[in-house]
Amino acid sequence: MIGKHPVKPLPPHELPELRQVGKPLRRVDAMGKATGATVYAGDFSLPLMLHAKVFRSSQPHARIVRLDVSKARSLPGVACVLTGADLPGASLSSDLPGQTGQRQRAGSDVPVLASERVRFVGDPIALVAAETLAIAERALKLIEIEYEPLPAVFDPLEALKPGAPIVSEPDNVVSRWKIRKGDLQRGFAEADLIIENTYRVPFQEHAYIEPEAGVAWIDERGVINIRVSTQVVEHFRSIARAVGVPQSQIRIQGTMVGGGFGGKEDITVELYLALLTQATRRPVKLIYTREESFIAHSKRHPYIITHRTGVTRDGVITAAQITAVAESGAYPYLSPYVLLYTVGMAAGPYRIDNLHVDGVAVSTNNPFTSAFRGFGGPQAAFAYEGQMDAIADALGLDRYELRRRNYLRTGDTTGTGQVIETAAWLEETATRVLAALQESGVRSQESEEGLTTDHGALTTKIGRGFASYFQSYGRITWMHDTSQAWVGLEQDGTVIVRAGVPDLGAGQINSLCQIAAEVLGVPLAKVSVYATDSALTPLSGTSTATRQLYMSGNATLMAARAVRKVLIERASQYFEEDAEALDLADGKAFVVANPAQALELSQLARVCASEGLPLANLAMFRAPFTDPINPETGQGQVWPDFTFGAYGVEVAVDTETGEVTVLKAVACHDVGRAINPAAAIGQLAGGGMQGLGYALMEDFHMADGYLKTPSLAEYLIPTSMDFPTTQVIMLESGTGVGPFGAKGIGEPSLTPAAPAVASAVSAAIGIQIRELPITPERVLAALKQARPGG
Amino acid sequence: MNHDIHLIVNGEAYLLSVPAHHTLLQVLREQLVLTGTKNGCEAGECGACAVLVKWPGADHAEPVNSCMVLAPEADGAEIVTIEGLAHDEQLDPLQEAFITTGATQCGFCTPGILVNARALLDRTPDPSETEIREALVGNLCRCTGYVRIIDAIEMAARAGREVAR
Repeated sequence: MIGKHPVKPLPPHELPELRQVGKPLRRVDAMGKATGATVYAGDFSLPLMLHAKVFRSSQPHARIVRLDVSKARSLPGVACVLTGADLPGASLSSDLPGQTGQRQRAGSDVPVLASERVRFVGDPIALVAAETLAIAERALKLIEIEYEPLPAVFDPLEALKPGAPIVSEPDNVVSRWKIRKGDLQRGFAEADLIIENTYRVPFQEHAYIEPEAGVAWIDERGVINIRVSTQVVEHFRSIARAVGVPQSQIRIQGTMVGGGFGGKEDITVELYLALLTQATRRPVKLIYTREESFIAHSKRHPYIITHRTGVTRDGVITAAQITAVAESGAYPYLSPYVLLYTVGMAAGPYRIDNLHVDGVAVSTNNPFTSAFRGFGGPQAAFAYEGQMDAIADALGLDRYELRRRNYLRTGDTTGTGQVIETAAWLEETATRVLAALQESGVRSQESEEGLTTDHGALTTKIGRGFASYFQSYGRITWMHDTSQAWVGLEQDGTVIVRAGVPDLGAGQINSLCQIAAEVLGVPLAKVSVYATDSALTPLSGTSTATRQLYMSGNATLMAARAVRKVLIERASQYFEEDAEALDLADGKAFVVANPAQALELSQLARVCASEGLPLANLAMFRAPFTDPINPETGQGQVWPDFTFGAYGVEVAVDTETGEVTVLKAVACHDVGRAINPAAAIGQLAGGGMQGLGYALMEDFHMADGYLKTPSLAEYLIPTSMDFPTTQVIMLESGTGVGPFGAKGIGEPSLTPAAPAVASAVSAAIGIQIRELPITPERVLAALKQARPGG
Repeated sequence: MNHDIHLIVNGEAYLLSVPAHHTLLQVLREQLVLTGTKNGCEAGECGACAVLVKWPGADHAEPVNSCMVLAPEADGAEIVTIEGLAHDEQLDPLQEAFITTGATQCGFCTPGILVNARALLDRTPDPSETEIREALVGNLCRCTGYVRIIDAIEMAARAGREVAR
C-alpha cells in the first residue's frame, strides 16, 4: 500500500532572519484571555438592557396559516414582539460576502422573519424583547401559530427529481459551476483502466464554545451600535438595508470571537438586535442557547461526489469526470461560492489535462449550509484522495507513488487553468509525513502482509494512511478584494495599529502587531491594536477565506513601511548617513556599521512631529483583480494562491466493535512563513483535530428535517482523550503572497485530515469506506459486506 | 422565591439574595459581574463555566461546572474563579505558561481549563500526560487540538516543582 520513501530534500529557498517575525512571541491577546479580563460579546451589559429571544419554526416546510402574538405582547415585562408583518419586505442579502460591493446573485435574499412560509426547523418567525430573559422565554410560549404542512424534501438527489417539492421557486437548483478542460473522450481512450466511485460527506457543525451573542443600543447621535461576536464587521451594510437606515447609521463593534470557523461569517444575532433596539429605543442583548446555536446557524455542506478517472498502467491520470452535488439546505447563503471552491479544487493537487467537473448546489428543507473552514475544499479532498487510493490499489501501485506521478508542480495549471506560481511542496510534505509515521513507536516493524499485524486484541488491524491536498487562501479574485490598515508611531515610541480585523483566536491581530513591530523596530509589548470597529477602524474585510494574514498582513506591512520610510529619511539627515546604512530595532534608529550611533525612536518621533512629518499611514492592499472565470469552461484564475501539505495517521481498527482509534497523527504543511510559529502550530494542530472529528466522530444527525443531536452530549466533538497529540512539521518555503512570504493556513490545516483517516482505515481492513463519519456501525457494515456471503 | 446565601468568592465574602432556580454560574456572571467564567452550553457538557468550589466542611477545592449547581446549594462555599487565580498581581504559573506557549487561541474555554488545571496540579503536582488528558476531558476546546494546552500544563507543573524545591 505505502512503502518506504526517502524524504524529499527541500529545494533551495531563502528565509531571511528577522527580529520579531518568525518568533513565538507572547501574543497580544493572550493576557486578557488567560486572566478572564477579555470581554466577549455575551459578557457585556448596559443599564436598562432588554433580553431577547427568537421564536422559530417547528416545521420543516409549512405555510403559516395564523400567527398571533397578542398574548405575548400583553405579558407584563415584554417590551416588544416583532413579526414579519412588522417588517414588510425586510430581507437579508444572504450571499453578499463582505466589503467589496459586488452585486449579489439574484434569488439569494432571505426574509428576515418568515411570515408566509417556513422552510426549515429553526426558521425565525418572531422576535421578543423583555425586561428579563425569563419573561422573554415565557412570551415565546404565548405565541400562537398554526401551520399548514407542505411536502418537504430532505435529500438533494430527491430534490433534483421532477415533481420534487420546491423549497424556493422556481426550482431547487441554487447554483451550478462546471469545468471543461482538454478532451475528455480522448483522455478516457488513452486510459488502460477507468475507475468510478462515489463519496459522501455529511453536515458538520462548527461547535465553537462561544454561542452567538451580542448587545445593541442606540447612541446619543441615533446610531445603532451592535457589539457582537462576528467574523464580518462589514455586515453593517446588509443590516442597514434590512433595517432601512443609511449605512453610516449602523456601527458594528466586533468582539474577540470565541471561535468562528465560518459559522459566524453569515449574520447571526446582529440583525435581530438592530431591529429590537430600533423598535424599543433600549439596549438589547441576545445570546443563543447551545441548542439554538445548533439549529440556527449554517452548517458545512453535505456532498455526494462521483469521480470517474482514466489512468494508464503506469499510474498517469489521463482523464477525470467529476460530479458534485452539494446540499444547500433551506436558503442559499454562501452555497454558490462554496460550490465553486469544490468544483475548482475537485481534481485535487494533480495535473489532469482532460477534465470535466459538474457541480450543483441544491435546496432542501434541512438547515441552511454555508461557510465552514475549508469552504468546500475538505469535501473535495475526501473524494479526490479516496479516489487516488482506489486507483493505486486497483493498479497495485504504492499509494504515494501514484500521487507523486501526478502531483502539480510550480508552473503547472490547476483544473481551472490557473498557473501555480509559488512553491508546491507536495512531495516534500508527503514524504515527511510518511517518514514520521514510519518512526511511530506503535508499530515499527513491517511484515509481509503489509500493515496488518497484531496490536492489542487479535481482532485489531493497524493501518497507515495519508492525504495530500491543496487549498486556496484569499478570496475569489474576481471579488476584487481589498484590505486597509493604519499604523502610527506615538511620541513615546509606542506603536498603534488600527484595522477592522475580527480576531477568531487564530492570532489575526497579533500577526499585525508582530509585523508592525518588526518593521518599526519596537518590542511587541509596545504595539497596541484597535480592531474590528466598523466606524472607527479602517475596513479590512472579513476574517474568512484564510485571507486576513494575506490581506491585512500585507496592508499593515505597507503602512508600517511608509512610517518607517519617514523615520529612516529623517534619521539619515540626523546621522548624515545614507538611508541604506540605517536600521530600526529595539526602539532605536541606528547606524548598522556602528550601532552605538543610535537615536531613541521616541526622540526621533518628536523631531518628526515638530517638523510636520507624518508618523501614521493608512494603506490599502489589493489582491489581484481578475475577471470571472469563463462560465462555459470554468477556465480562469479563481484565487490568489494555494497552500500545499499532507496529513498522515496511523489507526487501529477493532474488527469486532468497528471502533477506529487514531494512534498517531502527523501534519506537514508549507506555511510559507510563520509570523508567529506558536500560533501557526496551534492552527495546524487544531484544524487537523477538527478534521479528525469530521472523519470519525461528528454526526449531525437529521431525520425528516429534525436535528436529533442538538447538544454537545449528542453531537460529539474531540475531547482531550479522543486523539493523540498531533505531530506538526512546519515547512517554510517563503514563497507565499502574504507578508514576508507567508501562505494561509487557517482552512488548509483541516482539509487533509479526514481523507488521511479514511486512507488509514482502508489500509487496515482492506475495504475503502467512502462515507463520513467513519463510525463503528459503518466499519462493521463494510466488514460484513466484504465477508463471503455477507 | 429568593434565598440568602453566603459565598466567599476569590477571597471576598458576599451575602447575596438569589432566586432559587438561578445557577451558581448566573450568580457569578450576573450578580457579581465575574464574566471571566463562561457560559458555553448550560448543560454541563463543555466545561467553560468551571470554577473551583470548596464546599462547607471540605478540606480542598474541586473543579465544578457552575452551570450545574443551583446557587442556594452553594451556600457557605468558597469559590475561586479565573479572576481569582492570580495573587498579588502575580499570575498563576498556569496563566504564565498558557500565555508563553500560546495555549489560548479563541480563549473561550481557557478560564474553565485554567481552574480545572489548577485543581489538577494542587492534587497531582507532577501529572503524566495521560493524567492531564483525563483531567481535561470535560473541557471542550474547538481551536487548539489540546496540544499547547497540555504543553502549558506540563510547563506550569515544572515551574511549580522548581518553586517547591
